[in-house]
Amino acid sequence: MEKPSPSVIENSVACNKNWDKLFAVIGLLSTFIGMLTLAALLGDLAIDGLARIKPHFFTSFPSRFPAQAGILSSWVGTILVMIVTASTAVPIGIGAGVYLEEYAPKNWFTAIIEINIANLAGVPSIVYGLMALGLFVYQFRFGQSILSAGLTLALLILPIVIVATREAIRAVPASMREAAYALGATKWQTTSDHVLPYSMGGILTGVIIGLSRAIGETAPLITIGALTFIAFLPDPPIKAEFPFISFEWLWSPFSVMPIQMFNWVSRPQAEFHLNAAATGLVLMVMTLAMNAIAIYFRYRFRKRIKW
Amino acid sequence: MSKTEVAVDYQQVREQIRAQSGSVASRKIRERIIEFGMFLCAVFSVAITVGIVWVLLYESWHFFANVSLVEFLTDTQWTVLFENPRYGIMPLVTGTLVTSVIALLVALPLGTTIAIYLSEYANATVREILKPILELLSAVPTVVFGYFALLFVTPLLQRVLTDLPGFNMLSAGIVIGIMIVPYVSSLSEDAMKAVPVHIREGSYAMGATRLQTALRVLMPAAFSGIASAYVLGFSRAVGETMVVAVAAGTQPNLTLNPMEGAATITAYIVQVSLGDLPHGSVAYQSIFAAGLTLMALTLVFNIGGYLLRKRFREIY
Repeated sequence: MEKPSPSVIENSVACNKNWDKLFAVIGLLSTFIGMLTLAALLGDLAIDGLARIKPHFFTSFPSRFPAQAGILSSWVGTILVMIVTASTAVPIGIGAGVYLEEYAPKNWFTAIIEINIANLAGVPSIVYGLMALGLFVYQFRFGQSILSAGLTLALLILPIVIVATREAIRAVPASMREAAYALGATKWQTTSDHVLPYSMGGILTGVIIGLSRAIGETAPLITIGALTFIAFLPDPPIKAEFPFISFEWLWSPFSVMPIQMFNWVSRPQAEFHLNAAATGLVLMVMTLAMNAIAIYFRYRFRKRIKW
Repeated sequence: MSKTEVAVDYQQVREQIRAQSGSVASRKIRERIIEFGMFLCAVFSVAITVGIVWVLLYESWHFFANVSLVEFLTDTQWTVLFENPRYGIMPLVTGTLVTSVIALLVALPLGTTIAIYLSEYANATVREILKPILELLSAVPTVVFGYFALLFVTPLLQRVLTDLPGFNMLSAGIVIGIMIVPYVSSLSEDAMKAVPVHIREGSYAMGATRLQTALRVLMPAAFSGIASAYVLGFSRAVGETMVVAVAAGTQPNLTLNPMEGAATITAYIVQVSLGDLPHGSVAYQSIFAAGLTLMALTLVFNIGGYLLRKRFREIY
């Protein structure tokens, strides 16, 4: 075999080094494309929608007249749906996570549950909507209500809560559990008094990220029949007369902010697009704020706990 | 302190414990009940899958009692809401595939480059700052991305491609692509990070640059993880709904031209759901058949990805 001359090798090395340097720039540019998109998105929404953000935008119902329309019914709907979602997904998700991490025996059934959770995370959200339409709306006769919507989104974010719970619990060292057992604590006492409090930071992060995803979900709620035009509020949950608390609102028809936005953006009149931008801006601020809180929690708990 | 002062009345302590947590027997029962409750929570996640599969199959079964499977797969028109309905899923499938392929053409190169950059080039501080910001991209509500595609990206593209219609698959696909970049990049990065250090060091010791190491050593070694990232990205693109419903139009259109508008499977489901269809009608059942097709499509690609991974898996 002919030996390559030193100058050829030198050239090839220099060339490769140049490529290496060039790639550092390309890589940085690629990440900037992502960030630039985020900035363009926010800027676009702000330019179009900021003029619409006035007090009456939050206190008016949707209307035929773009300038008078508001998001009152949809932000109330979003909050009520989130209450149902959180109160379903959080206990079930944490329960499932604790079971899988602390209690589950290593057998085929546990393996099935684990594979299943991994697969659920990859199911398109609209398929959850179809399932909820067939099951909640018609089979269980919950109707096209806040209850159906809240449960649908709860199923959707359940894998997120379970995975976050498991990761948080796994980070608690075995020595903590053994110390509790050594003092005669039962398994549940150990879990509820020691393991869960230590892992609360991680669990909370997962719950917030899950809820921030649920707030922005549109497709499954359209599928179960959320209305795009609602000019009334659900029955109030707190009453003046006995028994003071009412759950009538669970059965109420509803709209949520992303659906209101979708309705406005799919109208041909440009005036309504401004309303859509304003709604999008409110949504973005909410989801970004929730994610910022989650990042802060993750950062703080990682820093504070030193085993 | 003398020893006598620490003397403990064991009887009293025992009674205190009993008062706090019940007798041993009742404590055991309580433990059992709590464990069973949490077991039910875990089983509930399996029930979701069973529910999804059951609803899709049950309603599709009724659909296929009215529409032949051959027509469903071979007819070239999807006009369920018309007077003489035709039930050919092909136009919806091509719409879904075209937008997904465009999305992947954007997301895979961009996501892989970012993954290599973050795992091999960026230092810890840069990574800690860039990663969370990048992941915000996947936290943005999809309907907002739809707005962005229709009213920002499409007008922008129209400046270059002057005959681009207002609804088109190109801008929807590009926006979905950017949306799924964080999924592709963070999973690929994890996979590259997981490659043992000595393999990386071996490559450096031979005089390879970081780029050569990344492309010729790490990527093949992390192939399995990177392939899962790609498959997940594809699943996301196929299942994406709001961007296409807003920006790609709702007209079923059998075409592979990204410059045209076309409904996807998901956009069709949204379109039908927005109307008020009677429960039990063929059109109502058709959205479940469409959903089943969507699941079948993702399943095929997931199995393909699995086989590919098995073929090229590297074990250390």
